[in-house]
Amino acid sequence: MSKMLKTFRKGGIHPAEYKLTEKSPVEILPLPEKVTILLSQHMGVPAIPVVSKGDTVKAGQLIAHGRGFVSANIHSSVSGKVVRIDSIPDLTGYKKPAIVIEVEGDEWEENIIQSTDLRKDITLSKDEILEKIRESGIVGLGGAAFPSHVKLILPKGKNAEALIINGVECEPYLTSDHRLMLEYGEEMMVGISILMRVLNVRKAMIGIENNKADAVYHLKDIASTFTGIEVFPLEVKYPQGGEKQLIKALTGREVPSRKLPIDVGVIVHNVSTAYAVYEAVQKNKPLINRIVTVSGKSLKKPSNFVVRIGTPIRFLIEAAGGFPENTGKVISGGLMMGKALNSLDVPVIKGMSGILVLPENETKRKQVEPCIRCSKCVSVCPMGLEPYLLMPLAQTGDFYRLEKEMVLDCIECGSCSYICPANRPLLDFIRLGKTEVNKIIRERN
Amino acid sequence: MSKLLTVSPSPHIYGKETTPNLMHGVIIALIPATLASILYFGWGSVIVISVSVTSSVLFEFLIQKFLLQKKNTIQDGSAVITGLLLSLCLPSNFPAHLIILGSLFAIGVGKLSFGGLGNNPFNPALVGRVFLFISFPAKMASWPDAQGFQTQYIDATTGPTPLSIIKEGLGKGDSISHLMDNIPTYRQLFFGNMSGSIGEVAAVALILGLAYMLLRKIITWHIPVSIILTVVIFTGILWLINPEQNADPLFHILSGGILLGAIFMATDYVTSPMTEKGMILYGISIGILTVVIRLFGSYPEGVQFAILIMNGFVPLINYYIKPKRFGEEVKNG
Repeated sequence: MSKMLKTFRKGGIHPAEYKLTEKSPVEILPLPEKVTILLSQHMGVPAIPVVSKGDTVKAGQLIAHGRGFVSANIHSSVSGKVVRIDSIPDLTGYKKPAIVIEVEGDEWEENIIQSTDLRKDITLSKDEILEKIRESGIVGLGGAAFPSHVKLILPKGKNAEALIINGVECEPYLTSDHRLMLEYGEEMMVGISILMRVLNVRKAMIGIENNKADAVYHLKDIASTFTGIEVFPLEVKYPQGGEKQLIKALTGREVPSRKLPIDVGVIVHNVSTAYAVYEAVQKNKPLINRIVTVSGKSLKKPSNFVVRIGTPIRFLIEAAGGFPENTGKVISGGLMMGKALNSLDVPVIKGMSGILVLPENETKRKQVEPCIRCSKCVSVCPMGLEPYLLMPLAQTGDFYRLEKEMVLDCIECGSCSYICPANRPLLDFIRLGKTEVNKIIRERN
Repeated sequence: MSKLLTVSPSPHIYGKETTPNLMHGVIIALIPATLASILYFGWGSVIVISVSVTSSVLFEFLIQKFLLQKKNTIQDGSAVITGLLLSLCLPSNFPAHLIILGSLFAIGVGKLSFGGLGNNPFNPALVGRVFLFISFPAKMASWPDAQGFQTQYIDATTGPTPLSIIKEGLGKGDSISHLMDNIPTYRQLFFGNMSGSIGEVAAVALILGLAYMLLRKIITWHIPVSIILTVVIFTGILWLINPEQNADPLFHILSGGILLGAIFMATDYVTSPMTEKGMILYGISIGILTVVIRLFGSYPEGVQFAILIMNGFVPLINYYIKPKRFGEEVKNG
């Protein structure tokens, strides 16, 4: 069985899956009293506010305008009154510009179609679709939050042969994409067809790890009524959701160092992004909510919620049974690549796929032991790097050699730190090395 | 909220393997060979093994604590492995005081003088063995016969090893077909009924250990398989050319220390290469050197020197042999 499944070849690990919420249907979370909408939820330039304090806004109304090409519009996720435009701590703990809205009722912009009927016919032209996606503030919902319209405009002279849809969800605990595929599969398929039209490709490949066999069968069923969309079950292996790994698994092609997927003729979008595209194009609905998995072994009621952007995560944790007494760490994202938060007041952002609550005993770093040169870090690295070597090079500041050893290829999947029997903080130092090497390269140019 | 949350960079989870876990795995893999040695050599083996393991651990403890004044490291299990491996490549009649000296050299000079676990360039057990081999050649060339569980220790009946029978016989101008009458059958070689160091004789026990380490993913196949295949191919070619002057590949694999060396010594994490390609290059080189020493050197056995020599090349191998980077492969699938 597993021999027939596709996967990437180099490296990879098998962390425990902990998919506690894979059978929990998505619930719509009630509105909080206040939302905090960050103006920089995407990669690129922060958006500029177009409302002022005291304004009343409707759900779906543009409140901040994307500035420049690589940026994204921000819309109000609720109706109510703008009470504050200020710098507020974001996921990193640093203060970033944000708009705070006090919720009053739930009034939506008139042109948004709120009915849940499936709208399958695509009537807009390629350029209209592209404009719609840009207007709606859609960013990659897999985590990187790269503005989607930028990825849909191909550089001159490049052609896409296939669209790859990422339904891998290889991180432990997270199930938001899984539930989306099960509950909004048809809408997502329409979204994929829309993306295919924009990119002018005839083929789309959906990659799903085989631990979500129900989603694979469900989508295969639906795909038979669409043209050009094929579903591929993949062997379960982390980090298959990594863009380069997924492309390798599905097409056998390797995106060269420091190149983009389009260089091997493909474009990758996440399943949730495809769904957001459907909503934007077919329902005029900007990206103002998303599915977030709230999970953790100590939570009373781990759940998948549809949440308005800007809802404080405290509100999500309350809805999942309350903040457990023994909590030591709260993570936005997955166990392997997620970001530890220092406060529960942090708001939900577009790229947030999950909130994990970890008990104290799973929180602390272990004692670092000497490297025994077991070479496990080398064998699990999906990029073919040598973490055991990169760490001391970063520690001693040999950045020239670090660049030569291709430290910038690191995708920060964390497989090396995970596998290290001596608990060495390999990725911590590799990140440091990447930052320094990037600095050197910038100075050189 | 009054409680502070821990903030640390990802990943937020550790794998299950730890250094002591892996070391314990190697010790478990050595259990069949240890039991076989006791089965074949009796009390001699028990004494050699227990003296070697105890003194290795004790020296690691004493040197770390009093000489280097560093933290106690015996719980990582690596000193036990060094002691066990050292004992497994000694004869069962080896005097206890020399074993203690050997383990002092292995742990003190071979390992801790370089900075302890992870920093030693040469396999400590082999350093100890070669030290004993060179310092006490007569004692290291008297091999008790494997006679089943026996109570003799220093006074055990000794005899030549199959490798030395061949080496000396060929030196006197004898032919292989004639010499083969004096050495044990392949079946005996496989199960271990022969003279030799206590841990190397039972091929079957060593192969069991290999299977365990591969299944538990403690080591990969690259080093042991490339060593064994190289020996088979190299000796095979010579055997095909002149079967009267060269023993066959199966004899080479089953006699002497190739299996013990390939499975347990050359695969030592600290002193072997970091990449798969490097491991294969290292394994092939060890295989070639072993055969060259066996056939053309003055010693009947060459594995220990072959591994130590290649240990010396490991930093160079690591510097030049890089893993295949992602994106190097240009393919249109």
